Amino acid sequence: MLHIINKSASDRNCLDACLAVAAEGGAILLIEDAVYAATRGNAAAAKLQQAQGRLKVYILQADLEARGMADRLIEGVTPVDYGGFVDLAASNTCQSWL
Amino acid sequence: MEGVVKKFMFVNRKAPYGTIYALESLEVVLISAAFDQDVSLAFLDDGVYQLKKGQQTKGIETKNFSPTYRALDGYDIEKLYVEREALEARGLAEEDLLVDVTVLSRQEMGALMEQMDVVLSF
Amino acid sequence: MKFGILVNEGPYQHQAADSAYLFCKAALDRGHEIHRVFFYHDGVNNSSRLTEPPQDDRNIVKRWSQLAEAHQIDLVVCVAAALRRGIKDENLAPGFRISGLGQLVETGIEADRLVTFGD
Repeated sequence: MLHIINKSASDRNCLDACLAVAAEGGAILLIEDAVYAATRGNAAAAKLQQAQGRLKVYILQADLEARGMADRLIEGVTPVDYGGFVDLAASNTCQSWL
Repeated sequence: MEGVVKKFMFVNRKAPYGTIYALESLEVVLISAAFDQDVSLAFLDDGVYQLKKGQQTKGIETKNFSPTYRALDGYDIEKLYVEREALEARGLAEEDLLVDVTVLSRQEMGALMEQMDVVLSF
Repeated sequence: MKFGILVNEGPYQHQAADSAYLFCKAALDRGHEIHRVFFYHDGVNNSSRLTEPPQDDRNIVKRWSQLAEAHQIDLVVCVAAALRRGIKDENLAPGFRISGLGQLVETGIEADRLVTFGD
């Protein structure tokens, strides 16, 4: 399953809620304000790194760049463009954690 | 499309009344009953508050839609799943809920989601 | 592959309408089909032809109309959510139509994937 998160982890609990429930082997895609979670020094970054053993983490590059954070992406998170987003959605059932 | 039965899950994560999502989720659930699909409702996080007994909405001049959850079995919608950890974190127990549900751990909930074809989040 | 898209937020207030549009465009570029875009909750505000953004801003409503025309995409606006917000046939932008929630469930059944954008 592809879990899509679009909220800042410092504002809402969507990422925490997703990480608590998501089954092993799934993928997480961070879009919109959720991209901040995967940047160096963000309090949520450690949670993402912990989850990387059981979940693959992707991030929408355009949203990261728009927010001036592209140079702070943490290791182990794979940047994708919108085409990559489409590919992920094509190969998984999608759940948006709104 | 005739004869196609997909597994739909409605994931409810928001409390009622503060926003319209809980009500709108119910609307889609009721419509889905007409399509003879395999429908499950999941209540996670603040979504568990939707099922709290004793809702009285006169004072906020809004329709109390909570009785609808009890009417769902009349539409053959009987799969209601509630996250155990969400109940516990909110001081709620199964007997506080206005309808019969299956209580699942987060892990069981995650495994159930993996079986779905369509997930609608509210 | 056939994608169904659900848009739950209005234009300009939230990025959801932009993300949904860019996803649709990328999916079409990849050779996929958009089975339907369903606009629900405040998302119905994506369909008002009375929208007039400033000249230096993107025109979100027009963008949907143009995408629908170029690729024959079915843009469906939830009737109950629309009427609550003053969206009617007379102020509907080209390419949109108003219909019921059954159209959302139907796209869940007929499309291979349903992707939701919202708040």
